[in-house]
Amino acid sequence: MSTFVQVLLNGTGRGAIYALLALGFVVIYKSTEVINFAHGSLALFGGYIVFALKPTLGWLGAAVCGVLAAAALAVLIERVLLARAKLASQDSLAILTIGVDILILTEITRRLGTASAPFLGDPYQDVRLRFLGATIEGPELFALLTAIVLIGGFFVAFRFSTWGLTMRAQSENKEAAALMGIRSWRVTASAWALGGALAAIAILFIATLPVAGGAGLTAAHTIAFAAFPAAILGGLTSPGGAVVGGLVVGLAESSASQYIDNDFAKVAVYLVMLVVLVARPSGLFGKVEQVRV
Amino acid sequence: MLKIENVSVRYGRAVQALHDVSFDVADGEVVAVLGSNGAGKSTLLRAISATLALHRGTVTSGSVTLDGTRLDTLDPAAIVRRRLMQVPEGRQVFGRMTVEENLRVGGLAAEPKRRAAAKARVHELFPVLADRSAQPAGLLSGGEQQMLAIGRALMCDPVVLLLDEPSLGLAPQLIQRIGRIVTEINAGGTAVVLVEQNASMALQVSHRAVVLEVGRLALAGSSAELAASEDVQRLYLGGHADDAHETDAPARPRRILSAWKG
Ligand SMILES: Nc1ncnc2c1ncn2[C@@H]1O[C@H](COP(=O)(O)OP(=O)(O)OP(=O)(O)O)[C@@H](O)[C@H]1O
Ligand SMILES: [Mg+2]
Repeated sequence: MSTFVQVLLNGTGRGAIYALLALGFVVIYKSTEVINFAHGSLALFGGYIVFALKPTLGWLGAAVCGVLAAAALAVLIERVLLARAKLASQDSLAILTIGVDILILTEITRRLGTASAPFLGDPYQDVRLRFLGATIEGPELFALLTAIVLIGGFFVAFRFSTWGLTMRAQSENKEAAALMGIRSWRVTASAWALGGALAAIAILFIATLPVAGGAGLTAAHTIAFAAFPAAILGGLTSPGGAVVGGLVVGLAESSASQYIDNDFAKVAVYLVMLVVLVARPSGLFGKVEQVRV
Repeated sequence: MLKIENVSVRYGRAVQALHDVSFDVADGEVVAVLGSNGAGKSTLLRAISATLALHRGTVTSGSVTLDGTRLDTLDPAAIVRRRLMQVPEGRQVFGRMTVEENLRVGGLAAEPKRRAAAKARVHELFPVLADRSAQPAGLLSGGEQQMLAIGRALMCDPVVLLLDEPSLGLAPQLIQRIGRIVTEINAGGTAVVLVEQNASMALQVSHRAVVLEVGRLALAGSSAELAASEDVQRLYLGGHADDAHETDAPARPRRILSAWKG
């Protein structure tokens, strides 16, 4: 029983992290229809900034700077690379983001070197909560709480605020949105900024011992990659689907590592994705394209 | 006030969709734009609203001005802020959003303190939108969607309203109703550019009309003049004024304009 509860707790904690990543990914996809393969690098970049600034600014100051920096980098990628290549297809833009990803990953890996495996998670490193005979570690606990607050806030804003209205209008019909005076670049930039910020928030929890194991920040990019199956599971265009997808991925991973083994856990995520896609090609919450003629 | 001067438009390299089109729309006037499929009517409205880029088109020469301000150098949002609104071809309501949310989007560019009054007016013009306010717009009927599309544009209290084939696909009674609505909107002081294939309705509600033929301005004049002219009779009204519904138009395969007697 307590093992099962432990699996659930770990899965939900990790799932919360994936949900943050996948939500940002989906928001970016909804606004630009570009699959942002650089999402893991955005996270890593934020984490690197936190790591670099922590000695001078302390954890909180560095975390704020890291999140802002990742948001800024996301906007920069969109403005400088994607917005300029206006006539390129969405697919070639996605390939462009692979290039960006490799660039950022290589540079940060070079800067980090191989000597140490930096961790970020000071304030909650030693927090532990016992629950029905199981333990939830600080990073996972805080990830869960943060995700609940941020994702809840996102859905309220998406549904009711003017920003949410413009986001939804633009993702549904670009031309009609433009004809209503919505400035598409603002919507797009805000979506990328949000995606970058959520990725950097996720990494605050990833680059910790319980989540990343011994590799710390260095492993973060690989771990963040699980946001793709999470988002795809959810149907790519559905924010709610991204959150559910994140949880599914987290739970698949934690149960596979508990009941099978650690290496299989990494694969399990993708297996679940394949099974879901075979059963429902447009994802759990994806809308089947309906074209009215 | 709205002045279109020598506008030429191209899509990509090959398609020249408009050649040297010029006409004016005076304050508070209704101008009908007639023409068969592919004549360039929607292209003309896109050139005015600066949405050509979304269709990979560009204005290659000429200018569009509203009260002396060049519009062709502005982006669509800036044009909307000058209260020139377009209701695009095919309604294009936000189907996944509610009727209420569609109207909210329409009012985004309006001054906040004017929004309540604009909404009251829209609900007065289209009571059905008040009844259906919580319903997803995609579930409305075609006619209701057209009313929503027009209502959404009116949320900005436009000085100029561009309508692209509002009667398309609607039943005769509804077409007549759209005609009355255009007159009503115009009575509030809004100038209207009414693109229509339904020439008889358009000529009834407009003061002046222009006819586009394969990207060129072929005819222009007062609506009464055009309604009486032989060419328009034959090509767009399907016969002679008195017995339009009885006489078949001469077979000319390129013209497929519908005639409607309201
Ligand atoms: N995106 C585009 N790319 C290339 N050519 C286009 C594009 N849009 C329109 N055209 C061409 O430009 C010409 C004018 O098209 P437009 O849509 O303006 O006609 P229209 O008068 O609105 O026709 P309809 O009554 O069918 O709506 C047509 O020959 C059309 O094929
Ligand atoms: Mg058209």
